[in-house]
Amino acid sequence: MRVMAQMAMVMNLDKCIGCHTCSVTCKQTWTNRSGVEYVWFNNVETRPGQGYPRTYEDQERWLGGWTRTRRGRLTLRSGGRLRKLLTIFSNPKLPSIQDYYEPWTYDYDILTTAPLQEHTPVARPRSLITGEHTKIEWSANWDDNLAGAPELATRDPLIKGIEDKVRFEFEQTFMFYLPRICEHCLNPSCAASCPSGAIYKRTEDGIVLVDQDRCRGWRMCVSGCPYKKVYFNHRTGKAEKCTFCFPRVEVGLPTVCAETCVGRLRYIGLVLYDADKVLAAASVAEEHDLLEAQRQVFLDPQDPDVVRAAEQTGIPRDWIEAAQRSPIHALINTYRVALPLHPEYRTMPMVWYIPPLSPVVDVIRDTGHDAEDHGNLFAAIDALRIPVEYLARLFTAGDPEPVNSVLRKLAAMRSYMRDINLGREPREEIAAGAGMTGEQVYDMYRLLALAKYEDRYVIPPAHAEQAHGLEELATECSLDYDGGPGMGGSGPFGESSGGVSPIAVENFRMLRDRQSSDTMAAPDEKAHRVNLLNWDGKGRPEGLFPPRRQP
Amino acid sequence: MTALQILLWVALPYVAMAVFVVGHIWRYRYDKFGWTTRSSQLYENRLLRLGSPLFHFGILFVVLGHIGGVLIPKSWTEAAGISESVYHALAVTLGVIAGAMTLAGAAILVYRRRTVGPVFSATTRNDKAMYVLLVGTIVLGLGTTVLGNLTDHPHDYRETVSPWFRSIFYFQPKPELMAQAPLGFQLHVLSAWALAAFWPFSRLVHVFSAPVGYLTRPYIVYRSRDAHLGTRSPQRGWERTT
Ligand code: SF4
Ligand code: SF4
Repeated sequence: MRVMAQMAMVMNLDKCIGCHTCSVTCKQTWTNRSGVEYVWFNNVETRPGQGYPRTYEDQERWLGGWTRTRRGRLTLRSGGRLRKLLTIFSNPKLPSIQDYYEPWTYDYDILTTAPLQEHTPVARPRSLITGEHTKIEWSANWDDNLAGAPELATRDPLIKGIEDKVRFEFEQTFMFYLPRICEHCLNPSCAASCPSGAIYKRTEDGIVLVDQDRCRGWRMCVSGCPYKKVYFNHRTGKAEKCTFCFPRVEVGLPTVCAETCVGRLRYIGLVLYDADKVLAAASVAEEHDLLEAQRQVFLDPQDPDVVRAAEQTGIPRDWIEAAQRSPIHALINTYRVALPLHPEYRTMPMVWYIPPLSPVVDVIRDTGHDAEDHGNLFAAIDALRIPVEYLARLFTAGDPEPVNSVLRKLAAMRSYMRDINLGREPREEIAAGAGMTGEQVYDMYRLLALAKYEDRYVIPPAHAEQAHGLEELATECSLDYDGGPGMGGSGPFGESSGGVSPIAVENFRMLRDRQSSDTMAAPDEKAHRVNLLNWDGKGRPEGLFPPRRQP
Repeated sequence: MTALQILLWVALPYVAMAVFVVGHIWRYRYDKFGWTTRSSQLYENRLLRLGSPLFHFGILFVVLGHIGGVLIPKSWTEAAGISESVYHALAVTLGVIAGAMTLAGAAILVYRRRTVGPVFSATTRNDKAMYVLLVGTIVLGLGTTVLGNLTDHPHDYRETVSPWFRSIFYFQPKPELMAQAPLGFQLHVLSAWALAAFWPFSRLVHVFSAPVGYLTRPYIVYRSRDAHLGTRSPQRGWERTT
């Protein structure tokens, strides 16, 4: 047993309202630069739908992820190492910018500089790739809320073979949102595809990162990731991907997407897993067994043997305690309601999802029945093949059984809690119908519906003593780093050259104090420098303006 | 030996080599982030799919050919029983095939750079200079080979250019050998030195990150978190001690 810790996320899809706040805040934080205009580390897709980039799930076309050879070994679907090197001069499976979309801006200055004229001036769209005027034909969310559904959504790779059963007529279809970030896989095929070895998995918390100094722009990771969550910065010529907001996570703060999520549907925590079992679990023969195999890789953090082994491998005490309180472990292994996205890609994704019950609830409500009655819900889950089959293609490699079981638990929770809320006697048989006890249902309800910030995000800071040091030292100039100041500038070889801009400009703990404090004024502790990048608009912190001149 | 000969065939090579080596070291230390292929495949794929492999595989063969013709002394191949005529026939055929591949690939790529809008606007002045030097060198080399063989007496560069080139590396340069070579070879060589001196400052540095290590390394790379948190190195006196 080789215990390792992994920072993981669970999203409860029933609560996602598709507001894209997470995407926008993530973009503002990480990808509001030139070269990555089309890059969405976090994106929210309407399902059924093609996703972003278009039809990325069609692995027969994109050849992402792993496959199992006949001899039972894992290989990259797009070919082995030699093949990768031979196709390095032109990656045959790289999505083109049209598979994402051509980013654009508008001629805004026309609006203010146009001469007086009869008609209102119009800001025409201009492509950020060519610099020419352009016609906007696609974007990251062109098919949001099933827009253009009969034509566009039928190209969803997941409804291949059931097209005739999935109806896209108004009031007959089902729909839900799927927010996606990089999965920070246990067996990342992006890292395996990288010829330079620039993509690495951090031993401490399992976050998968691209070393910008080592990336040489071979683009193999982009096609290697089955989720298409590595993007190519076309200005710097380097790959970029979701960082799990590591500078925040290191000081115990949740990622930006989770922090700003309107539905409060994201959970972040640690899981402990057995690194020796990963490869075997990723290569089990039957695709339907992958889910169970992945669950088996996780270790029970309460088990004294596991704790001892974890301590031996140097996992700090507070991390083990955090793993014991982890909402992720509870949702995946205790309540077993979270499922991985596309386990059949065999990368062992570490962002799991609680599938939505809403497609089922909607159908019952539309037919005029009581959508909170467990009998109706259970019957509908069994009868409504299509949402279940679709969810199964998304989360369990097509096996409806685990999806059914999760939906029954969610349905049971719904009915069971209604009785409690209406002051009626809770009925144990409802819980039993989903294979749980009433107490378990109640605990699950607390975690899914009531969980506070501290319960949703159980993130141990990287090294408490160091994080504190950072806090004390945040008085330095933030450009004061090796090779600086490099912000915004570019070196003699164009956009890409020269020093790197710092990503964590300030220390985040201070921000948290400010966010949770009631005062509008600046906290009057130690003197600190004002940084506009994370100034939240509260009050007028000292140093924001130059001192008043004394008359 | 004139001063000009010394300048061209002794001083220039050493200067170019020094710039090449020091330049690379400097670039690697100063600008690791800019060390990339800067691929433009995202913008355009149809032409690239054709041109890029053609060019790159072509130039790999050209490099192999130069190793065979320039670095390996004539006496060695003769000792191995390869007569001058056999060697020559082989070198010319393979050389012309590889050269034509390279040139065709380069032509497609240059055409693509010029005509595809996004690719053109992503082309820096540095890139343009690099293209001139690179394509110029290839054209001069290929032209000399082809023209030389159209006339009846192709020049045996293994008596002049190759020993001169090797002599530079023994630090006993023999400029008089190079001075005897035909003009085509001289121009090709001069252009090649210019390219070498420009190399470390262009995107050509990506040649030195050819990822051969990929064949043997484990698939998944694990790395420990940097010793410091965030992106700043710790202040002096605050480094982690354990
Ligand atoms: S989801 Fe993330 S970690 Fe997994 S293969 Fe893709 S980029 Fe790599
Ligand atoms: S912010 Fe939350 S609710 Fe809104 S789209 Fe993102 S995940 Fe869904």
